[in-house]
Amino acid sequence: MTKLISLDPRITRLGIGSSEPAEVAPKPTLDQHQTYEVFHQQKSGAHHIHVGSVHAPNAELAMVLAKETFGRRGQTVNLWIVRTSDVVAMNSADAEIFSTTPEKAYRDVAAYMVRNKVEAFKKGMQQAKEGKEG
Amino acid sequence: MNTTALKELLTWIADNELIMGHRHSEWTGLGPLLEEDIAFSSIAQDKLGHALAMYTLAHELCGSPQPDVNAFQRAGADFTCSQFVELPNGEYDFSLIRHFLFDAAEFHRYGMLASSSVDALAKLARKVQGEIKYHLYHGKSWVVQLASQGTAASKARMQAALTYAWPYALGMFEPGKYDAELADAGVFAGEKALQQEWLAFVEATFAEAGLDIPQGVQPVYGGRGGQHSEHLPQLLEEMTEVVRIDPEATW
Repeated sequence: MTKLISLDPRITRLGIGSSEPAEVAPKPTLDQHQTYEVFHQQKSGAHHIHVGSVHAPNAELAMVLAKETFGRRGQTVNLWIVRTSDVVAMNSADAEIFSTTPEKAYRDVAAYMVRNKVEAFKKGMQQAKEGKEG
Repeated sequence: MNTTALKELLTWIADNELIMGHRHSEWTGLGPLLEEDIAFSSIAQDKLGHALAMYTLAHELCGSPQPDVNAFQRAGADFTCSQFVELPNGEYDFSLIRHFLFDAAEFHRYGMLASSSVDALAKLARKVQGEIKYHLYHGKSWVVQLASQGTAASKARMQAALTYAWPYALGMFEPGKYDAELADAGVFAGEKALQQEWLAFVEATFAEAGLDIPQGVQPVYGGRGGQHSEHLPQLLEEMTEVVRIDPEATW
């Protein structure tokens, strides 16, 4: 088998890949910072939209880091930071409560053919008017 | 307005930003966490952008060479940056302390320049004030957190970094040859006035962080007059490596 040689000097220096990988010990839990969810607002008055998360030791630094991670391109007027553990999420096993929703087309705006009804009504009005005049 | 004086001021500001930006960029890919790597790299890019804007003004208003020539084809002795920005990055504690001290100075310097009698300079200063505000917010947040919310080890590291950095940091306010003239013309109130504003700000931050500012320290001057540490030639050697292969190359 051909040995892959990295062009990255840091990899070369560390000799990564030069021998069989050693057994990787599992990492202790929370050896990284906790995460914060980031909500981005593009325009004043618009909804804040969830765009991802950042690792940070606290909310203040989460804001500092979120600014560049999610606000360095395009337009931003505001960011919200929420500790991931503060987010209340539905148990994914309960997603079945939504399972028949897509069938209930009568709840969709698109299900109402309002224009046909409006046009039929206008036509009726017009005919009634002509009937009176005639 | 004497263009020699303005040229000296703009080049001094730009050289400090170019070299600081280059040093910061050396952390790209090696930052302590992904998000911080992104943030610090962006700050480095912004610094290069500010240097470019200042070199451009020097070119347009004072007949300095083109920005690329100024940045990449000048001899080390012709650079006017402070020795503070030349120092190698060392560990992240020193880089953060330097970043904070530098950006506190930038924030106040640009604040003063925003009302400069040179319109183009005042306009530029107002334009980038938001960027510098973020740089300072970033630097201050880390310094205060690591010193006052971290561990005894993180606090000791920040204190050691501050003690080491302080005499060099004072070199950011090395008086210029034309300070009085620039102040009289309303271009820039001068390094002494800037240092006072800066000092009040960093004293308040270090009080909050619980760090001690070294007392009775002599500033490390010389950079503005072309006297540099042994670190600048090494930095320039690396920074200009590509351009020296083909100075005419286009990107």
